[in-house]
Amino acid sequence: MTIIRPKIKLLDEEHQVEILKEAKDILENQGIFLENQEAIEIFEQNGIARDGNHFSIPADVVDKCLKSAPSKITLYDREGKESMTLQKDQIHYDPGSAAIFILDEKTGEIREAVSKDFALFSKIVGHLDNIEAQSTALVYNDVPKEAQDWHRLYTALSHCYKPIVTGTFRKDSFPIMLEILLTCRLSEDDLARKPLAIFDACPSPPLKWSDLTTQSLIDAARHMIPSEFVSMPLAGASAPVTLIGCITQHCAECLAGIVITQLTKTGAPVIWGGSPAILDMRQGTTPMGAIETMMIDIGDVEMGKYLNLPTHAYMSLSDSKIPDGQAGFEGGMGALLAGLAGVNMISGPGMLDFESTQSIEKLLIDNQIIGMVKRLLKGIIDHGTPFASEILKDYNETEELLSHPSTLNLFKKEFFFPSLIIDRMNRDEWKAQGSKSIRKRAKEEAIKIEKKPYNNPIDESLQKELDKIAFEGMKK
Amino acid sequence: MSVNNINSEISDAIVNLDKEKAIDLAKKAVSENLNLVDVIENGFGKGLERIGDLWKEGEFFLPELMVGGNIMQDALNILLPHLKQTGDTFTKGKVVIATIEGDIHSIGKTIVGTMLSANGFEVYDLGADVPIDKIINEALEKEVDIIGVSALLTSTMIGQKKLIEILKEKNLREKFKVILGGAPVTQNWMEDCGADGYAPSAIEAINLVKSLIK
Repeated sequence: MTIIRPKIKLLDEEHQVEILKEAKDILENQGIFLENQEAIEIFEQNGIARDGNHFSIPADVVDKCLKSAPSKITLYDREGKESMTLQKDQIHYDPGSAAIFILDEKTGEIREAVSKDFALFSKIVGHLDNIEAQSTALVYNDVPKEAQDWHRLYTALSHCYKPIVTGTFRKDSFPIMLEILLTCRLSEDDLARKPLAIFDACPSPPLKWSDLTTQSLIDAARHMIPSEFVSMPLAGASAPVTLIGCITQHCAECLAGIVITQLTKTGAPVIWGGSPAILDMRQGTTPMGAIETMMIDIGDVEMGKYLNLPTHAYMSLSDSKIPDGQAGFEGGMGALLAGLAGVNMISGPGMLDFESTQSIEKLLIDNQIIGMVKRLLKGIIDHGTPFASEILKDYNETEELLSHPSTLNLFKKEFFFPSLIIDRMNRDEWKAQGSKSIRKRAKEEAIKIEKKPYNNPIDESLQKELDKIAFEGMKK
Repeated sequence: MSVNNINSEISDAIVNLDKEKAIDLAKKAVSENLNLVDVIENGFGKGLERIGDLWKEGEFFLPELMVGGNIMQDALNILLPHLKQTGDTFTKGKVVIATIEGDIHSIGKTIVGTMLSANGFEVYDLGADVPIDKIINEALEKEVDIIGVSALLTSTMIGQKKLIEILKEKNLREKFKVILGGAPVTQNWMEDCGADGYAPSAIEAINLVKSLIK
């Protein structure tokens, strides 16, 4: 048994209480900006006072809505098989959504993505054991702008069976995306009972829920599709520069999301999430690899856990443009901290350059990092006493423990087995193999996986149904 | 007080980010009928230049730039009305900036606007989520040299292209230089839109505007 599941905590209960209180005060006294007509009507029907587009949400409404938001969400794959439950400290990773560039692993070029890049990306995600969910990871430019959101969902599900994190770019796309999801289920009820997709919705800092993102919350809630709030305060620019101030703003923005979804439909599944960052005060950029960014994420997630909700964060990314040392430590620290924090859905493997670029090389490296993280989280295992003394007595007879029964029985449970992407060769062997960097090894691994058959390939008849929807959608 | 003395005090006030002092000195320059163009260029402008140097040396960061720029704007607001009366001009050029309709991201645009003002450009910042016709009407009304349009979402970028198309339809394309900004904007996109330039950062935006207004 695991002795201790390693954990990191940055806030004590006293501060969690204070942050929540202040977030509720902000909603009640400063209000939230709403411009979506349906949400405005829902708020007015619920007696929430307005001043122009600002709505003052009373604390008791927030409390009531918090009570009805579910504390766990189970996701199912394309075929309807149970895949994962987002609750407590159970962690899962997905590649992060909506990059617009691909770092081409074959040519080394950073270029705008096309649909076949995303098809390959999704196929590869299907082969990675440590990445439990897929995402609409790439926006590609060889379909019309109006189709760029829903077409990714079509491509993703055609090439990978895993539950998917996605989202809309236009209000009109929701019905098409719903139709795509329904091809994988028997009915709307079946989809509601066995969700396949999470819809990301991002409030605009500070304290605004836009027309599009509010509509996404409402549409998803009505169909019991989980909404993931991706609140993104920018510390020092569109949020207080202090980490604690940023966390408080994030809390207010997410609480507003809770109110919007629960007033639309009581019990609508939601995930308390975000993609905050600090502002780099030199470059004016939003470093996802900054330690402070990760600390804000951890604080945000702790607030979600305090409220007994499933949690999410964008961690495991790097601001480097290539999978180099910086990408290694930023991605590695992010993946590790997210695991220690117990984030239920961690978006980020594969991502570079401020969430703008996906890299298959980095994805494969991240998959190994995640394997290490998961091993850490299993902790030190108590296999029963004595821990060592009997084994050491046996050593006197054999003068080695490699062939000892305990070694044979337990080595696969105790150790994480990285792929050959991680170099543990001796130096001569490394030279003989071409003195390769990790990036080179990841590239070769990517090319190998590309040649493999699909993991859990899609059923032909389902593919035909998806093709039909895509065809009709493109005509429009 | 001699102009040289006051200029040196003004320059210090800007570098020290002392808003109160800077405004007092601006009022003093007006009340003592000093050569205001000289005060603006060699007092306030010099202070801004020193801030720029401190930025390059890595001593000053964006918050100092923004605060310095804001103080500069406050001072110019006091001084410029008096310039108009005496017939002197200071403006290096006029710019209208906005985040395109449907897009409510604004921080990058705001930084650019502040720094342009601080560099002596007359800036009309229309905010975020601004309809194309409003941007064009403002550009016409204020007779600007440059229209700057920002977009942070792949879904709203198309508005940047549309704006240029509408300028062409109305035979107004030659009247303005159009520059684009925002994280998803690339050289390719800029060329696709037929814009006159794009800048991936606020500092580069200032240089771009300076190069386009000659």
